[in-house]
Amino acid sequence: MVPEMGHFALALALALALVQSVLPLIGVAKKNLLWMGSTRATSVGQLLFVALAFASLMWSFVVSDFTVLNVAENSHSLKPLLFKVAGTWGSHEGSLLLWVLILAVFGASVSLFGSNIPEAVMARTLSVQAWISVGFLSFLLLTSNPFERVFPPPSDGRDLNPLLQDVGLAMHPPLLYFGYVGFSIVFSFAVAALLEGRIDAAWARWVRPWTLAAWMSLTAGIALGSWWAYYELGWGGWWFWDPVENVSFMPWLLGTALLHSAIVTEKRDAFKSWTILLAILTFSLSLLGTFIVRSGLLTSVHAFAVDPERGLYILMLLGISICGSLALYAWRAPMMEGGGLFKPISRESGLMLNNLILAAATGSVLVGTLYPLFLEAVTGEKVSVGPPFFNITFVPIMLPLVFIMGIGPFLSWKRSDFKGVLQRLKFVAVLTVLATLAAWYFISGGPVLGYVSIFFSVWLFLATVREWALRIRLFELPMATALRRAKGLPRAAHGMTLAHVGLSIAMFGFIGSSIWKSEEIAFVEPGSVVSIAGFEVTFNGVERVRGPNYFAERGSLSVKKDGKLVTTLFPERRNYPVAQSSTTESAIRSTLAGDLYASISEPSSKKARESGQWTLRILYEPLVNLIWVGSLILFLGGGVSLSDRRLRVGAPRPAVKDAQAVPAE
Amino acid sequence: MMMFRILVIMVVLLLPPVSAYAVEPDEILPDPVLEARARDISKKLRCVVCQNQDIDSSNAGVARDLRLMVRERLIEGDNDKEVLDFIRARYGDFVLLNPPFQPKTAVLWLTPAAFAVVVLLAGAIILVRHRSKPCADVLSAEEEAEVREFVKAQQAGNRT
Amino acid sequence: MARLLASLPFFIALFLGIFFLWGLNPDRDPNEIPSVLIAQPVPEFQLEAIEGLSVPGLARSDLVNASQPIVVNVFASWCVPCRAEHRVLTDLVEREGIRLFGINYKDQPADAVRWLSELGNPYERIGSDLTGRAGIEWGISGVPETFIVGETGTVLYRYVGPIIGDEAVRKIGTVLKQAGAFASE
Repeated sequence: MVPEMGHFALALALALALVQSVLPLIGVAKKNLLWMGSTRATSVGQLLFVALAFASLMWSFVVSDFTVLNVAENSHSLKPLLFKVAGTWGSHEGSLLLWVLILAVFGASVSLFGSNIPEAVMARTLSVQAWISVGFLSFLLLTSNPFERVFPPPSDGRDLNPLLQDVGLAMHPPLLYFGYVGFSIVFSFAVAALLEGRIDAAWARWVRPWTLAAWMSLTAGIALGSWWAYYELGWGGWWFWDPVENVSFMPWLLGTALLHSAIVTEKRDAFKSWTILLAILTFSLSLLGTFIVRSGLLTSVHAFAVDPERGLYILMLLGISICGSLALYAWRAPMMEGGGLFKPISRESGLMLNNLILAAATGSVLVGTLYPLFLEAVTGEKVSVGPPFFNITFVPIMLPLVFIMGIGPFLSWKRSDFKGVLQRLKFVAVLTVLATLAAWYFISGGPVLGYVSIFFSVWLFLATVREWALRIRLFELPMATALRRAKGLPRAAHGMTLAHVGLSIAMFGFIGSSIWKSEEIAFVEPGSVVSIAGFEVTFNGVERVRGPNYFAERGSLSVKKDGKLVTTLFPERRNYPVAQSSTTESAIRSTLAGDLYASISEPSSKKARESGQWTLRILYEPLVNLIWVGSLILFLGGGVSLSDRRLRVGAPRPAVKDAQAVPAE
Repeated sequence: MMMFRILVIMVVLLLPPVSAYAVEPDEILPDPVLEARARDISKKLRCVVCQNQDIDSSNAGVARDLRLMVRERLIEGDNDKEVLDFIRARYGDFVLLNPPFQPKTAVLWLTPAAFAVVVLLAGAIILVRHRSKPCADVLSAEEEAEVREFVKAQQAGNRT
Repeated sequence: MARLLASLPFFIALFLGIFFLWGLNPDRDPNEIPSVLIAQPVPEFQLEAIEGLSVPGLARSDLVNASQPIVVNVFASWCVPCRAEHRVLTDLVEREGIRLFGINYKDQPADAVRWLSELGNPYERIGSDLTGRAGIEWGISGVPETFIVGETGTVLYRYVGPIIGDEAVRKIGTVLKQAGAFASE
């Protein structure tokens, strides 16, 4: 009963989406306020129905209703409740339903909270949003029905892949999708602006909060996914340039460019074509990601079930939305007048470089990801494009940007006094060089790239802090006054400082954990001691333990430093009988200085196994937690910007009282 | 189609789980320099039965065999390139995670470089274009006066 | 000029779209690795016979200058799909008269002997590859895999996975016929 209700709700949502995709546009053409305003009802209605459908599916998982095919394939009665709930979005059908839900959330939110947006713009925007909904809802209903029943129902489900039964990973899709799909509304705004033939500073202002929200969510989603991979997959890596990781990273890169380009449009009425193009491309890359993961096109650990038929449908959706919007762009964008002029050394030029470099970085990642497909199509040959390629191409493109990020906030709009800027940065430059030399002296054994990267990270950190200090005149005025100045600064300024600092901190984490990682691998038996990074790790033995849906061999490791016991680690090797697979649960001791990361496994060598030995792997990852700390600060920076009062204030309408007070010109 | 799905499931179930570090202590070479080279080379070789992993981090059987093979070749005295070529001769270019620079991968390697060049050129062109446009730096004397008058009037207006 | 630049994204997207369309071809397997051996001579290898089995071992020399094309099947007793495939292979030997050689991959001799005595032994020769080294020479990524070697010792074809199901049997049948592997040719 409940699944049928959910199914029906989806159909109703589709009906509303169909209405919403047409009616408001006719309303704009005929200047019919009622029809334009219909978006409020239709978007909220869509949200209610899709939410109902989502709730029905979730209910089916919670009660373990195995007559629903999706539940039977992805759940099991013994699974902990949290993962039963997470199973709702753990499959192709379920995750698409989540997609559509978030699409509806954003649509309804804009219609409810976008009170500062003119009716016509709102109408067009939500119509475009509805087109996307129609596409995905029909895809769901026609090819990927999550409510399909199975008869006779199996006595128990097939269980969710144990790798995915983890809190961090359970939350990763919703966050990620909130980001991906959040950019849909920015896309809709952009297409609406193209349809209207006009984009101005006000448009950039309305779009900003939604862009920030989506960007923040995507940042969190990617960071969470990365963190999960780090502690779950067992080899201490946090980024593998896997195609599916890349397709989440590319919208993030362009989304960042979009955030910055929109500032120029807002402040200087310039970069209009760029901003619109970025808005379209960011969401296009999200769509591309959705397509690649579900179509069996590329090989990846992340890919959902392979099904070319569904892939074709999504490709058609992609074709219509992306090619359609880009065609519209080609037609309309040249009409949009460029705005303010600026000199070569100015904030605009800095942001222009920002756009260009981020676009180039995104392009490189895109080429690397799609090249195997391209080559196979043309010549039938297969090549691999793996981490080495991406590291060699992506890093050198991004490092100059990091340098520019340090200077950018010092530049003023339109034209900047370069000599003055250099003057203010002199001290920072000296400190950076000193810090790099110190690193080179004290931390040995790294490649040149390591120290170069340190240079850039320190530069970014110090320059950003310096800019903030200068702005509130920290060292010139008494502390209290400076802090009061800080409070008076617009939130967006703090947001920028936080975000840039967050990135620099994360960079320290990237560098430390990849370049200065150390590792020990050994056969151990109770009593064996392994030394790593100044720690003495003693293997105490293994015991058998039992979890809700698994058996495990749990090792015990005593970690000592300078003879004192620091902690005990319990790495596990888990076996999930129903899903018939096993996972390695590493044990990690985390401090800001670094992580001690241990895992055990049964040796391949028969001899070792028979003598009761285990393979122990310990990694030491310096500064790795700075990645998560930095990402969090980056996220918060976005949040602080989002809370800026100015974003909630609409285009000012002159109050009648003031008009009388001003003498006539 | 159904048959194929069963096959895929069967083959997948045979594969060991891919979620663990893989180098075993009994593979480690006594010579640390050779071992470091072995690890490095292993990170450049694709595990052919895995989804997008290198042989250094996969615990598939074939991955282990290849890791041992790499070490064997290193002990025989091959340099890094020769070891990679040895494996490549048996598994094809697909096994190299770092695509070699060949005519067929030229496009791949040149594109990011091309992007970088485009960025520099575009940046230069746009900036030069903007430099040539006149950009009023200061207000003229009359404009200054006008501003002063306006500000005075505003302040007067506010006081009423 | 502005128009031209503005149309560029559109054309790039179109271009990519066409590749994706091609990529969706259901016959295409993104995980399939083309064999380097095709149209190359058989790799150098020499394997002893399985201990306890009367069938002789397998080396490169057995595959060069044969009377007819030979089917080389890589199998193991611990490989579940190999069981299913065994039936098909036996059929091909008995009914069509193909010559079948085997490579027993990373298998304990005792297990292999037991497996073959249970299912029957259609192999004329079997090489015991205990370490998997010969397998690497053949560039295999798992079991089962099957190769068709021409009379002169050139590798003509490779099939990855068990030869089971109508489609697979038909496919390999066609290739075998083209290669002239059937005794009746």
